[in-house]
Amino acid sequence: MSANLAAVAYVAATILFILSLGGLSNPESSRRGNLYGIIGMAIAVLATVFGPRVTAAGIPWIVGSLVVGGSIGLYAARKVQMTQMPELVAIMHSLVGLAACLVGFASYVDTSIVLTGAEKTIHEVEIYVGILIGAITFSGSVIAFGKLSGRIGGKPMLLPARHWLNLAGLLAVLWFGVAFLQAHEIDAGLVPLALMTVIALLFGVHMVMAIGGADMPVVVSMLNSYSGWAAAATGFMLSNDLLIVTGALVGSSGAILSYIMCRAMNRNFISVIAGGFGTGGGAAPAAAGAQPAGEVTPISAVETAELLRAAKNVIIVPGYGMAVAQAQHTVYEITKLLREKGVNVRFGIHPVAGRMPGHMNVLLAEAKVPYDIVFEMDELNDDFPDTDVSMVIGANDIVNPAAEEDPTSPIAGMPVLQVWRAKTSIVMKRSMASGYAGVDNPLFYKENNRMLFGDAKKMLDEVLVALMS
Amino acid sequence: MSLTIGVPREIFAGEKRVAAVPEVVEKLIKLGFAVCVETKAGAAANFGDDAYQAAGARIAGSASELMGSSDIIFKVRAPTPEEIALMKPGSTLVSFIWPAQNPQLMQQLADRKLTVLAMDSVPRVSRAQKMDALSSMANIAGYRAVIEAAHHFGRFFTGQITAAGKVPPAKVFVIGAGVAGLSALGTAVGLGAIVRANDTRPEVGDQVKSMGAEFVPVDYQEEGTGVGGYAKVMSEGFQKAQLETFAKQAKDVDIIITTALIPGRPAPKLITAEMVKSMRPGSVIVDLAAEQGGNCELTVPGEVVVREGVTIIGYTDLPSRLSRQASTLYATNLLRLTEELCKTKDGLIDVNFDDEVIRGTTVIKSGEVTWPPPPPRLSAAPPQAKPAAAPAAPAKKSGHGPGEPASGRSLAIIFGAGALLFWLVGAFAPASFLSHFTVFVLACFIGYMVIWNVTPALHTPLMSVTNAISSIIAIGALIQVAPPLGEGTVGRPEALILGLAVAALTLTAINMFGGFAVTRRMLAMFRK
Repeated sequence: MSANLAAVAYVAATILFILSLGGLSNPESSRRGNLYGIIGMAIAVLATVFGPRVTAAGIPWIVGSLVVGGSIGLYAARKVQMTQMPELVAIMHSLVGLAACLVGFASYVDTSIVLTGAEKTIHEVEIYVGILIGAITFSGSVIAFGKLSGRIGGKPMLLPARHWLNLAGLLAVLWFGVAFLQAHEIDAGLVPLALMTVIALLFGVHMVMAIGGADMPVVVSMLNSYSGWAAAATGFMLSNDLLIVTGALVGSSGAILSYIMCRAMNRNFISVIAGGFGTGGGAAPAAAGAQPAGEVTPISAVETAELLRAAKNVIIVPGYGMAVAQAQHTVYEITKLLREKGVNVRFGIHPVAGRMPGHMNVLLAEAKVPYDIVFEMDELNDDFPDTDVSMVIGANDIVNPAAEEDPTSPIAGMPVLQVWRAKTSIVMKRSMASGYAGVDNPLFYKENNRMLFGDAKKMLDEVLVALMS
Repeated sequence: MSLTIGVPREIFAGEKRVAAVPEVVEKLIKLGFAVCVETKAGAAANFGDDAYQAAGARIAGSASELMGSSDIIFKVRAPTPEEIALMKPGSTLVSFIWPAQNPQLMQQLADRKLTVLAMDSVPRVSRAQKMDALSSMANIAGYRAVIEAAHHFGRFFTGQITAAGKVPPAKVFVIGAGVAGLSALGTAVGLGAIVRANDTRPEVGDQVKSMGAEFVPVDYQEEGTGVGGYAKVMSEGFQKAQLETFAKQAKDVDIIITTALIPGRPAPKLITAEMVKSMRPGSVIVDLAAEQGGNCELTVPGEVVVREGVTIIGYTDLPSRLSRQASTLYATNLLRLTEELCKTKDGLIDVNFDDEVIRGTTVIKSGEVTWPPPPPRLSAAPPQAKPAAAPAAPAKKSGHGPGEPASGRSLAIIFGAGALLFWLVGAFAPASFLSHFTVFVLACFIGYMVIWNVTPALHTPLMSVTNAISSIIAIGALIQVAPPLGEGTVGRPEALILGLAVAALTLTAINMFGGFAVTRRMLAMFRK
């Protein structure tokens, strides 16, 4: 295949990738979107393998690694549970990051690329930046994976003077960068490059360790964005437009997702990255007087079933607790039963419910909940006053009225689902503990609120049994 | 040093309520206050002095002794000039005041340098519901209105078929479905009557139906919700249509309970003398608006009269007729207010004007009239307030546009930074870099445009597909595996590069295949 043919194939692949992302704009076209992505990837890989940059000697190696890696990937994709999607996505980001590092190092030690002057400098800067982003993505994603899978605690780990540590890291990276550019020999350049990589790895660890569980959606989409930038940087390094375009697509998509997530929490990106809730200088801690007062009214599963049965309109608001308890199937059973009885059951999804963007939608889809009864917060919030029962399953901060009513609350201004405006709200929770934001929830004390304590799955099973009898 | 709360005996004729009950006294003491109760203050509500003493209150022998030693006075009825004269200058009074109707009283209170919190001025916001004494009193009045009606009505409420013949159910018509109206119709439904209700605010129709009554609308288009969820004055055309509706109902029903009030105005006359005449003999009208002049033309405030064979009840003291219940609820409202005033629980109060609720409730602060308060920020009846705000909101909230327009300043900064960056790139970078740079920037924009259209429900598949696509980095590894080497390349560490490239390729292959496969699996689950 000639160089021109390969280039044209790359253009085709690029277009297919754009169509692929565009296809995800609604569930109807999304499957085709995924197919476009697969075809685009196949074209890109084949065009490269049969193109002028790869000789026949490499084919066995390439086939070998694709088969090994591909089988592992397919196996993982088949085995993963839907509740573990965030972990899977995070660990996959780390692979891209690591690959970017490896390609960067390989490119640096490759003596077949001979450049001089500004081009050499730019090439070296590209390598340096590519490895930097790749390393941060890699270690950050590994930590995110650890946090999401529960191997590492979800609490933000805040080192003293962490901002200074980050700043020192940044300065060191710049310092080594200068040293790296000034090195004439490859061996001499490897030392600052390796040191920078270590710092970048530590930086990635530190950055994600400092982020609380509730901010995970932002982090996951941010790492997604990084993996794209890493690919783009590699593209610059190798002068490959396909890599640049694809990397930029992924990078900007991740960045926009992060932005959407931040906006859903009414926080800015910097403060999420800078660390856990309530620790920033901006939010004054809530005064003791702002503590919600009143009685918490518990309710039993049987009573819940009665309330649901008597209701005409029900809105279910799922949160991370539903994912933890794997309760989505029971939720659907209940939904199905209620819908058969003519109850209008709908789902309200907060943009940051769960641990990654769209987490709840995937779980509900897995449980076969039709997507036309699953609504976004904005579509549904005005309907709560006409709702008889709003049922909150394992969510806390996203239904906290303090966000709207108490200007001193750390989550003030965050848009929330106004479940308390329904005639009755039922909150399913294991205990009275506060959510990730560490903010007490006045919802629990509202007169029209009932608490159903216990494991979401177990309680919902009981509700289901009571509904069927 | 903690403050003393004084609870005088109500001296208004027929007033049986008391502003604090022993149960609440106990809680006030827990908040750090000392409580002093005038002897026999709770007698009419069946709370003896000993009960107060047991709760920890001191009993004062006379009003003058009590007022002289108290820093805060809890009362039900607004004080008389004599009572005001007894109060310590600078002390605080919590009671019903009705500042709009009683300018003279306000002047006297201000002259005495008092701080006055009017229980009738508590703002109607959700947070203040626990201290809304008007609602708790209206609830009692509504209940009692039905009891009074039943007492004067010569028949059963519920329909029965007995051995002695068939008894038709009573028909009750409630005008005004506010707190009192809803309470009345709930009570009447509970007694078995056929209940209908009317209100100028159409949105309460559902509440009426939810209580088991029938909503009788007035056949005329006009919106009747005023500020704060209260009713407002209606147009003439509406009033005419309304009277016709009522005239029709009057001929049909046995009992009419009127609760129509517009804040700060005399009660609207809704039941004319002719309507009364048209009612069946033995019918009953209970006029809950009697104190404000009455909804019925023939009402005599404070009395029960019989006109044209119809009993018209104009009691103005219905809550007082359920004195024990009314006192308990009112005292609890006062307790909730006190808790808001004394957040530190140290027996001192802080009239904090930053607190919307306290600001609205306070009508005089240290002798300075602060009534009326600034308009409330939130309405307790939002459905009507919403439409005005709604058209602007969706554009801002929706996640589907390329963002809202940024402010001028931040735009300028972004463009400035962009221009600087471009200048740097243009000035120093070689041509080969520039073409890549162009591609990069344009691709970022395409990504930006495309992603805004993705529905939030698909964010997870989006991430996994972009993740899969980012394994395009495999290309980088591919071209390093075995590139065609030109002449003159010496010392290329073949094995090392091959090892790195193969490792990178294997990693990305996991990502590539796994990512697309899991996206496929996920998307297959989305169904209608």
